[in-house]
Amino acid sequence: MQEHDMSWVRTEMVLAQPAPPEERGAYAWVRKNLIGSVGDTILTVLGIAIVLWIVPQVINWAFINAQWSGPDRTVCTTAAQGGIQPDGWTGACWAFVNAKFGQFMFGTYPIEERWRPILVAILFVALLVPMLIPRVPRKGLNAILLFVALPIVSFFLLIGGVFGLPYIETARWGGLLITLSLSFVGIAVSLPLGIVLALGRRSKMPIVKWLCIVFIEMVRGIPLITVLFFASVMLPLFLPEGVTFDKYLRALIGVSLFAAAYMAEVIRGGLQAIPKGQYEGADSLGLGYWQKMGLIVLPQALKLVIPGIVNTFIGMFKDTSLVLIISMFDLLGVVKQNFADANWATPQTAKSGLIFAAFVFWLFCFGMSRYSMYTERRLDTGYKR
Amino acid sequence: MTEKGLWVMKHIAIGILGVAALGFMASAASAGTLDTVKQKGFIQCGVSTGLAGFSAPDDKGEWKGIDADFCRAVAAAVFGDGSKVKFTPLSAKERFTALQSGEIDILSRNTTWTSNRDSALGLDFVGITYYDGQGFMINAKKLPGVNSALQLSGAAVCVQSGTTTELNLADYFKKNKMEYNPVVFEKLEEVNAAYDAGRCDAYTTDQSGLYGIRLTLSSPADHVVLPEIISKEPLGPAVRQGDDQWAHIARWTYFALLNAEEAGITQANVDEMKTSADPNIQRILGTEPDGKYGADLGLSNDWVVNIIKAVGNYGEMFERNVGSGSPLKIARGINALWTKGGLQYGPPIR
Amino acid sequence: MASQEILREEPSRGSFINDPRIRSLFFQTLVVILLFSSIWWIVHNVIENLQRLHIASGFGFLRSRAGFDISDTPIAYTSDSTYFRALVVGLLNTIIVAVAGIVLATIVGFTIGIGRLSRNWLIRKICTVYVEIFRNIPPLLVIFFWYSGVLAVLPPPRESIHLPFGSFLNQRGFYLPRAVWGDGSWLIGVALLLAIAMAWFVAHRARQRQKATGQQFPVFWTSVALIVGLPVLAFLLGGMPLTFDFPKQSTFNLTGGFWIKPEFLSLLLALSFYTAAFIAEIVRAGIRGVSKGQTEAAAALGLRSGPILRLVVIPQAMRIVIPPLTSQYLNLTKNSSLAIAIGYPDLTATAGTVLNQTGQAVEGVFIMMIAYLVLSLVTSFVMNIVNARMALVER
Repeated sequence: MQEHDMSWVRTEMVLAQPAPPEERGAYAWVRKNLIGSVGDTILTVLGIAIVLWIVPQVINWAFINAQWSGPDRTVCTTAAQGGIQPDGWTGACWAFVNAKFGQFMFGTYPIEERWRPILVAILFVALLVPMLIPRVPRKGLNAILLFVALPIVSFFLLIGGVFGLPYIETARWGGLLITLSLSFVGIAVSLPLGIVLALGRRSKMPIVKWLCIVFIEMVRGIPLITVLFFASVMLPLFLPEGVTFDKYLRALIGVSLFAAAYMAEVIRGGLQAIPKGQYEGADSLGLGYWQKMGLIVLPQALKLVIPGIVNTFIGMFKDTSLVLIISMFDLLGVVKQNFADANWATPQTAKSGLIFAAFVFWLFCFGMSRYSMYTERRLDTGYKR
Repeated sequence: MTEKGLWVMKHIAIGILGVAALGFMASAASAGTLDTVKQKGFIQCGVSTGLAGFSAPDDKGEWKGIDADFCRAVAAAVFGDGSKVKFTPLSAKERFTALQSGEIDILSRNTTWTSNRDSALGLDFVGITYYDGQGFMINAKKLPGVNSALQLSGAAVCVQSGTTTELNLADYFKKNKMEYNPVVFEKLEEVNAAYDAGRCDAYTTDQSGLYGIRLTLSSPADHVVLPEIISKEPLGPAVRQGDDQWAHIARWTYFALLNAEEAGITQANVDEMKTSADPNIQRILGTEPDGKYGADLGLSNDWVVNIIKAVGNYGEMFERNVGSGSPLKIARGINALWTKGGLQYGPPIR
Repeated sequence: MASQEILREEPSRGSFINDPRIRSLFFQTLVVILLFSSIWWIVHNVIENLQRLHIASGFGFLRSRAGFDISDTPIAYTSDSTYFRALVVGLLNTIIVAVAGIVLATIVGFTIGIGRLSRNWLIRKICTVYVEIFRNIPPLLVIFFWYSGVLAVLPPPRESIHLPFGSFLNQRGFYLPRAVWGDGSWLIGVALLLAIAMAWFVAHRARQRQKATGQQFPVFWTSVALIVGLPVLAFLLGGMPLTFDFPKQSTFNLTGGFWIKPEFLSLLLALSFYTAAFIAEIVRAGIRGVSKGQTEAAAALGLRSGPILRLVVIPQAMRIVIPPLTSQYLNLTKNSSLAIAIGYPDLTATAGTVLNQTGQAVEGVFIMMIAYLVLSLVTSFVMNIVNARMALVER
């Protein structure tokens, strides 16, 4: 009977079988992701059509047909327009960007003095990089150097007038130099100011609270251009006779106040997300208001709203381009100013210049947003709800 | 108050004091403009953001043009050195408040002298450094057969906002019962770009400006300036109202430029002219034995010598910046001296 | 009793400086004094400056003749109108471009946002690229790009691109035939109003019936039929009182028809494409914020995928979406002030011109600020009402 025993127990595992062919490999991926249904297929075809329509044109224009260097407009114009290119040619005129690169970076900063902004840039990068890498120690010292020492050193280096450096008025600054310096100082000023405003808005003192609310809501209700007009046209009338502000400083004040109001709202969001227990815990330990805020509440609140803060920074960086409307020449302003140069007047100039400016802005903003995502993941201690 | 709180408060207070101190550092005693200028060592001059022939930065950032040179002339009169001047580029919108608030000492920015600007805006015009009139420019290649502004009915016209030009344009088309659609930009560069791109059929501004702008277009030869002049545009520098001494210095710098041309004093011959026996030339150049015309203005007696050495006489300034010596090639026309049939007439220095 | 006494005296242990109430009172008094003295200082300076420089002040100028022309005038305006009317024209232009921008940005933004959650890999990637590009460049640059791009590519008026239905596209803008309504067209308007009222009534009755009996009624299709059908019927009965004014070539430009200028077009496209990138992110976050359990529960109740989306997912997603959407709408409205860079006569541009023609900077900037504040407040107010209606009704 034993040989007829039907019961059978398997003693070893069956080897894992590969997934059926239609569920793996490129084909399955395509089926799942591109042609899952009739609708999907139509969308995919449409998408491929869009890509095929745009991408070759862009590549042709930006790389294959592009002119990378040249003395003047002839390299970027067709024969009919007075240039050397065959009729029907279209391509990017990077030669224009190439020729004007110095101006795009520094504006009309004197050429023999341009080592000064370059030195500042090197110092900035040297201080910023260790600040951004979490593993590098001595963050406190680094922060002081970056946010206190660097602005002071840069101020004297860029303006000059001391230590035998020739004085260079801010009217001669321009290009990326203005964009970066405005946004860096704006960031350094608006963050503490935003914290003060946010705390003020949640203060128990009614007058302080209402002042902060009125300020924040007013600034948030009007466009930055109006604030800049205010700073450039009206501010001089607010001061006593003979007192004047540098135009650059006025723009700086306008941009910083504007960003501070937005920053305050972001930080307020963080403050509201801190549970009451934290405040009560701090109170029960006998901490005073500033100790409670500085040691317990703010560190947690700021950590919660890092994405919001960085978004405000990005917004502010982009907004510095608006100073061109009050005739200051930031990166976009200088690029636009150079369109007027008759030596480079071609149908491609405007497009090439704007795309170059867009690329620079994009690089900085994209970098900032990626870094913020990285920090967010790193600091995510599971507190966020 | 807790220790930390006190610390913070103290630092905030120090910060506020510091900012206040910084704010007042830029302040000067509200004395006359001449004293202020002498104290800071240079003249702050408001110019345009870039109009060829009047005030435009060259490749090296040096300001060139009649308006810029006029500021150099004033600087030469005050300091004996035409380079002691700093330029502030201003948009049409900012120009008046910049002068009113004391940000600039003199506004030399192709600004039209009108009664309203003298009376209600707190300006004091110095003189007319350039007699201009508003005209139209069209692309003759695209619009063959148009040779008068009266044929422009239905056209799109590019114009800069906030200028007298904009008002004259509206008046002109209304008076002649013609239609048009305005294409208005805030900045000169925007207007130029839009006209060059073909956004409008005609461009209107001061005729001198049209010649300057034509040079910056992608194909200057295609564009013609129509013969009509539709307005009077007396362009000149302005100073703040209520400071007579400063206004006199600016005004007589202008007259000195005219007198020098009339007397034949040029940048090249000014040194030998100093020995001239002509009493008129002696008065102008301050070589008259007991003359003190410069000192009466609050300047040195050789102020005109300094002006001429810095920028030349009015005629030289004109030819170099907008006339035959420049790409603009504008004829003197009504800007010639009165002795040559023009309107430029300098009261005598005596 | 004794212990209460001690407790009551406890706060006065230190000097009165440590009493929070006194300290707060002191601090606030200080703030008020500082505030008022600085306001007084500023006002004093302004008045003194204006008097010293003999600058005219006051709002009297609003009643004088403006003297300049404006290219886009939604209400009648000539150079003989007042400065006040010029400002109203500017304000209306701002509102027009903001409303059009909000509508377009919402459509594009929702499309892209849903596209980013698509199962289709290619669509997902295209939408991601779009969002990452537009989010990270300044709106001003986008505006310039559209403006220069549009101008550079399109032909001059004499070589206009002919489009169907007698419309044209050239450097000077987009020309459409304009509908000219003849006599008796009021009938169509009346019919439309009637249709809307009837559709509302039908919807109301259908809801009541569904509540009472559970039977459904095809409300949507009935409404469409009513709203389209009645006006068409009126149109036919009225003898088709409609003609079209087609744009025609004249010496310089096309005349007649309905003309959309390139300034408006590029501002509108730039604002909505820029804002759409942000709206897309908001929509994506909103839809992902609705937990999967909701969809599954709805499916378990036997709902089909259409109703699940319409009745379960979207109402919950909207709760997450609306507050940030509001601030995007506000941003778009404020960004419309960038119109000044390309010469679209919005509020900032006209106020700037007025400011410049009159030289009254203080009043000009003041008007500008108040107008934008009011606009922002109205937008927030409307969106708050929408938000309140959408918010979770908790027991």
